[in-house]
Amino acid sequence: MTLLCLFLPFIAAAFAPLATRHLQHNAAWLLALAPAFSFVYFAGSLPEIAAGEVVTGGYAWVPSLNLSFSWFIDGLSLTFALLITGIGTLIVLYAGGYMKGHPQQGRFFSFILLFMGAMLGLVLSDSFLMLFVYWELTSITSFLLIGFDHQREAARRSALQALVITGGGGLFLLAGLIFLWNITGVTQLSLLVHMGDALRASPFYLATLLLVLGGCFTKSAQFPFHAWLPNAMEAPTPVSAYLHSATMVKAGVYLLMRLNPALGQTAAWEILLPFFGGITLIVGTFLSLRQTDLKLMLAYTTMASLGLLVMLTGFDSEHSVAAAVLYLVAHSLFKGALFMVAGIIDHEAGTRDATKLGGLAKAMPITFAAALLAALSMGGLPLFFGFLAKEEIYYALAAGDLRSILFTLVAIIGNGLMFAIAFAVGLKPFIGKAVKTPKHAHEGPVLLWLGPAVLALLGLTGGILSGVAHRFISTPMATAVKGVPTEVTISTIPHLGIALALSVVTVAFGVVVYLLIDRARALMVRVLDAIGPGPDKAFDAILAGLVRLSVCVTRITQPGRMEVYVTATFIILAATLLVPPILYGELPAMPAMPSDVLMHEWAFFGLALIGILAVLTAKNRLTAIAALGIQGFAVAVIFLLFGAPDLSFTQFMVETLSVVILALVMTRLRLAPSDHRPMGQMLLDGAIAIACGTGFALMLMKSTQNAFNNSLTDFFNAYSKVIAHGANVVNVIIVDFRGTDTLGEIAVVMITGLAILALIRIRAGGPLKPADNDPDRTGGHAR
Amino acid sequence: MNTLIFRTVAPFLTALMILFSVFVLLRGHNEPGGGFIGGLIAASAFAIYGIAYGVAAVRRAIIVHPMSIAGAGLLLAVVSGLVSVFAGVPFMTGLWIYPSLFGVEVPLATVMSFDVGVYLVVVGAITSIALALEEREED
Repeated sequence: MTLLCLFLPFIAAAFAPLATRHLQHNAAWLLALAPAFSFVYFAGSLPEIAAGEVVTGGYAWVPSLNLSFSWFIDGLSLTFALLITGIGTLIVLYAGGYMKGHPQQGRFFSFILLFMGAMLGLVLSDSFLMLFVYWELTSITSFLLIGFDHQREAARRSALQALVITGGGGLFLLAGLIFLWNITGVTQLSLLVHMGDALRASPFYLATLLLVLGGCFTKSAQFPFHAWLPNAMEAPTPVSAYLHSATMVKAGVYLLMRLNPALGQTAAWEILLPFFGGITLIVGTFLSLRQTDLKLMLAYTTMASLGLLVMLTGFDSEHSVAAAVLYLVAHSLFKGALFMVAGIIDHEAGTRDATKLGGLAKAMPITFAAALLAALSMGGLPLFFGFLAKEEIYYALAAGDLRSILFTLVAIIGNGLMFAIAFAVGLKPFIGKAVKTPKHAHEGPVLLWLGPAVLALLGLTGGILSGVAHRFISTPMATAVKGVPTEVTISTIPHLGIALALSVVTVAFGVVVYLLIDRARALMVRVLDAIGPGPDKAFDAILAGLVRLSVCVTRITQPGRMEVYVTATFIILAATLLVPPILYGELPAMPAMPSDVLMHEWAFFGLALIGILAVLTAKNRLTAIAALGIQGFAVAVIFLLFGAPDLSFTQFMVETLSVVILALVMTRLRLAPSDHRPMGQMLLDGAIAIACGTGFALMLMKSTQNAFNNSLTDFFNAYSKVIAHGANVVNVIIVDFRGTDTLGEIAVVMITGLAILALIRIRAGGPLKPADNDPDRTGGHAR
Repeated sequence: MNTLIFRTVAPFLTALMILFSVFVLLRGHNEPGGGFIGGLIAASAFAIYGIAYGVAAVRRAIIVHPMSIAGAGLLLAVVSGLVSVFAGVPFMTGLWIYPSLFGVEVPLATVMSFDVGVYLVVVGAITSIALALEEREED
């Protein structure tokens, strides 16, 4: 059943284009059934997981390598699975309304469902390999979705940037997983979490940690790898709401949480995570203040929230895990809702520029209600789920030592600014004087407002019924993250204490910023302009540098001149043949002149020599080719005299064909009939030729001077007739004993033939122009 | 190469060489010869015919494109290797049958069909290269 749920999104993705062709945007209702079904199934296992059980299953994949396709569901993966399928259901419906009438809506549904399948697989994976495959699959589907509007340059660039950063991070993760496998010998997460002590004691612990963090930080957009996340807002809004706030970007946090029992509780973990998380939180909130685009404001707060989550995951105080868990769930609910609200405003009012919006409340009452509820949760006000998270965060951070005070300060600033942004998005566009918008604003259809309304209401009910939420979600999840039973008890009734006091400070700070938001924005613009270009520009510079470097390398190694290739090849050949024997003193002894050379043998040696001399003195190329043939025939006769008839036979034919083909090539290429190399060039080429020849002669002499190992010869002589029914040992070896080699060789002959045909064709048709990939000139259309 | 003597002799020479190449191919298992050398002889035969009568004549004579001959040869070689899989022995194991034709026992083997495959690949590949080189733009 879990297997069916794992593959259901992929199946739905396959049928999405067909369904959309027949039902248009109403296909959303049908397609949403797939994630809804999975959601109900996963929700059904809530009591079981809450009771502390773990669901596992799977199939052996490559048993010899200890690889399996296996899943495992505990509190952590179940919460993620519920978020993915639950929000996924709402997003599919929302996309039905948002993309209504788009010619590629079917493809869009397909991509979204593919992503859903990948993400679901990621959080349910038990084996490393499966985790990695799904991890990269989320990067690829994210690439497809960000670049969905592929005719725009910005969308293509953002898609590529996201793929390069998250996919590159994936490679770090792969290396990290291999380290984990080597250190512990297990390939399953469920076993790995019990191996914490062995890992922490390993000398490779730090390297492993850095590699895993490389994967997690890029995926979860931690500073300085965050540039791709705001750029990913080029994607249609359903994508931003789903991938880039509620699910995919949390994959890094998920993995950190999953590995917390295995890699956590070390100095490195507790320094790196809070440090990068804290910086990301502060940078994210400051950058978001600057924005006027609703989606970008939300994108930067998403980045900040991810920073907060990473910070809490690594902070390791009594309440920090519980705080991270609560905040993760709360964030998915309110941020998903706010993104969808931003999309509705854009869709119905025609702009999402915060400075050009106002007074929408009357036109869009339901959207306003959903937005306000979500903003209240994001602001962390009592009764809402966000309040629980914020209280728990302050319980986790507040303490007397310097580190705690510092991070508490970071959290207050971050949360205060997020409070301000929450209301700048969820309240400000709806109140005040009605502003004229590009479109006449009105309420969106049910498909649009259903998603945000449900998520926003969940944020409220989750807060009010905190006991139920803790029992089924927070406590099992926190237990899984910590590795030991953990109870989450925070309730939405404010208790007097340090946490509440800090909350009040946060809210007060947030309200002040909200009221002065225009001034704060102007200030941020000035500050950021003073700082100069950020990682986004650095990314472009690095990519451009990479391209320049590869151009340089290609220019050096592939100059496109035959002479250079041939010269390089033969110099290396000569060096390989000559340098090792000289260095290691392995030169052959000078052989004694054989006394029993017969007359006709001398004659054929002489013929070969004459052939060579004729090649050297030939006036034109055709004569030289023919003379080379004479030398070849003489060698063939020598083979025959020394008892290798097969070899000699083949040599004859090869020589004949070589002469014919060389002559044909010559006429074909219209070479100058004779050779016009300058003297210096001729001397150099001659030296290389003599070096190659000498080297080869020395190697042959050396190998004949050693004793032959006759075991193979004996074997073939003894068994050729008996086993393979053939008297010609050479041929039996070729077609029977070493038949597979021959198969490979004839495949090579065939491919070479095809390649030569292609080369001749190109020559006949004139030089081919390289494909024109410049989007500016071709208007961005695939050709 | 349009001498009368060459043009007169070329068809006979070609026919003889092809016959000889098949002979070399078949005797290869026990005497010097085999698919590779046989293929080279046949390819030379086509080259000679081409030089005497032009590429178009050769292409007409062999009907299919020489590269398809090579492809068929490769396929035959692979299939010969795969036959052993159905007999439950490793890939490329030689299998023999001894049917009786007109009272004479003729040993046939997958090894032989494999060698025929080699022959066809060599003929096809070399001939297509030679023909393509002989061809002029105006042909």
